Amino acid sequence: MSDSHATAVDTAESHPQLRHHFANMEQQKNTASLGMWLFLVTEIMFFGGLFCAYLIYRLMHFNAFAAASQQLDIKWGAFNTAVLLVSSVTVVLAVRAAQDGNRKQLVGYLVITVLLGLTFLGVKAIEYKEKFEKHHVPGPTFAFTNTFDDNGKQIPVNPKEAELFFSLYFAMTGMHALHMIIGCGLFSVLAVLAWKGHYSPGYYTPIENAGLYWHLVDIIWIYLFPLLYLISRHS
Amino acid sequence: MSEHEHVTSRAFSIALGIGLLVLTAITVKAAFINLGAFNPVVALLIATVKATLVVLFFMHVKGASEKLTSVVVISGFFFLAILLSLSLADYLTRSWR
Repeated sequence: MSDSHATAVDTAESHPQLRHHFANMEQQKNTASLGMWLFLVTEIMFFGGLFCAYLIYRLMHFNAFAAASQQLDIKWGAFNTAVLLVSSVTVVLAVRAAQDGNRKQLVGYLVITVLLGLTFLGVKAIEYKEKFEKHHVPGPTFAFTNTFDDNGKQIPVNPKEAELFFSLYFAMTGMHALHMIIGCGLFSVLAVLAWKGHYSPGYYTPIENAGLYWHLVDIIWIYLFPLLYLISRHS
Repeated sequence: MSEHEHVTSRAFSIALGIGLLVLTAITVKAAFINLGAFNPVVALLIATVKATLVVLFFMHVKGASEKLTSVVVISGFFFLAILLSLSLADYLTRSWR
């Protein structure tokens, strides 16, 4: 933005990481950042479709969705939300370490982020295992016998409608988990490259853009948690 | 690339992280209080506050050097709003005969 700060050597037009089709490092960085945001917007629309389907079916089959949702474990859901929020902070700290040129801290925060991501996936595996055991996985083995307690009134739930909830549950959390797996892979590669000294205060765009991706995946979970786990818990 | 851009202080990031954790705890607590039709409203409101904080401060949209970035972000959410509102405008009014 402001050229008055172009004192750092890295903003020079001869940086080793500068591709020949960019005028300078700032232009290169802004271009990469814009491209990343355009990708994230497509991600928002992609998950938006899932959220839209969820919303419509939830409005159509509210009682079944509430009864099925109450089969999910709030403790694991809240724990995973916390894990992802903490990982977002470590990502911010990693970007900050890259800006400061602190290689050890950068590698450390990237590794912690990967570990938190793996913790999230581990908890997800525990939850999925429980779903298999309770026959809550959509398909020929699906079984659901439950009633929804609407303030003292026991309303029997149509298993087909509950199956719809679990279909959306697996589609949404599964897609989210896939993004987490990709994120963990991405951050592992970044950690190795950071260890080898690929990044400097003048060039840390990959760290920053991977961070943007990680935050978006975090935001999707911020919405998935209340929508899937917290339907009509008060009765 | 100036030194004042994009650099968030560590203390602020950690404080914001703690704030987000507190909001998560509030969402869980609020889910167990009977607010009638407002339960999902409160849950989504808190989620939106959390998401907004992440977008503005962790993803550095606030104070982004490129105005274009803000335009892209806002257009993304704008089209998401169109997707959700027009779909719901259809499904929610189908029973009106």
